[in-house]
Amino acid sequence: MIRFDHVSKSYGRTQALNGLTLEFVDGEIIGLFGPNGAGKSTTIKMIVGLSRPDRGEVWVDGKLPRQRRESIAYLPELNHLYHWWTLKDAAAFIQDFYNDWDEHCYQSQLHFLNLDEGMKLSKISRGQLAKCRLLLTTSRRAPYLLLDEPFSGIDLMTREEIINSLIREYQEGKQTIIISTHEIDEIENLVDRAFFIDHGSIRISGKAEDLRAQKGMSLVEIMKEAFRHAEQQ
Amino acid sequence: MDFDSSQPIYRQIIDFYKRKLARGELSPGDRIPSQREYAERAQVNPNTVQRAYREMEMMQMVETIRGQGTFITATEKKQRDLQTEMAGQIMDRFIYDMRSLGFRDQELIGLIDLHLASEKGDVEK
Repeated sequence: MIRFDHVSKSYGRTQALNGLTLEFVDGEIIGLFGPNGAGKSTTIKMIVGLSRPDRGEVWVDGKLPRQRRESIAYLPELNHLYHWWTLKDAAAFIQDFYNDWDEHCYQSQLHFLNLDEGMKLSKISRGQLAKCRLLLTTSRRAPYLLLDEPFSGIDLMTREEIINSLIREYQEGKQTIIISTHEIDEIENLVDRAFFIDHGSIRISGKAEDLRAQKGMSLVEIMKEAFRHAEQQ
Repeated sequence: MDFDSSQPIYRQIIDFYKRKLARGELSPGDRIPSQREYAERAQVNPNTVQRAYREMEMMQMVETIRGQGTFITATEKKQRDLQTEMAGQIMDRFIYDMRSLGFRDQELIGLIDLHLASEKGDVEK
């Protein structure tokens, strides 16, 4: 379980998180939604241990994030792979680094995503690079999978392939997936739970199916309404 | 299958199979997709599909046999119950809509008779 307890963080004059308090329950697919600059990336980075709170505390399974690094697979928003690598080079690097690498899962996804190990990362399209990055992240059997804006700048077909691959490899009950995105409609039907974040704190949260039943609205509509109200205040 | 994202998805999955059963498009012994297959095909959260399947099992619509798949178990009586249930829903909606157009109940019955008679006439021609 991941817990944020009154977490605040500023970068210079910009307040990224403002007393953020939340719990990510194990075994769920979680959507972290909000406009650009809402604090989604900072939240993810804190779970990975790449950013530390100014105030408040973050706990991963009751420990500090950097002590749980091996249990988290993280897909950063920006490309983190060397461009002179082939996909195979990148896979070998990650395999050496983490001992939860699942070669079988890697091979099956490689095929499913129509990727070729010999591909040079500098020579492939944006969509293919996105698929390579996803593949390398999800081939680890980590209990936590964090995806930061996995769809930005990616065409529709590739988005679908990515979502299909996520569903195929999801380990029900064992794995927690946290996806941050401002494009809610892409994963509307994929998430168990939704957090709408704005100005560094939670505006609305709940189980996706409960929110739909209560409001008779889709998650996209709920977020639009919440932010319309916020602007009027 | 397309979902209406403003309504709970698991309920739409159940309704989908209820409709198939009521229409006789599925019968006892028929195999339906595994939860994983369904989730992948419909691009829906596997936990949501699991919830729908679990409820269908509790309603004795389906049964999952380990290693073999999920099968329709609904008896004829269950199928008739589902037909009655769905007919009730359609009637409720119809009557509500007609009343909101200003028709009184007697006029409504008359209209149905008239409509059915004209349909019959079309067929005989």
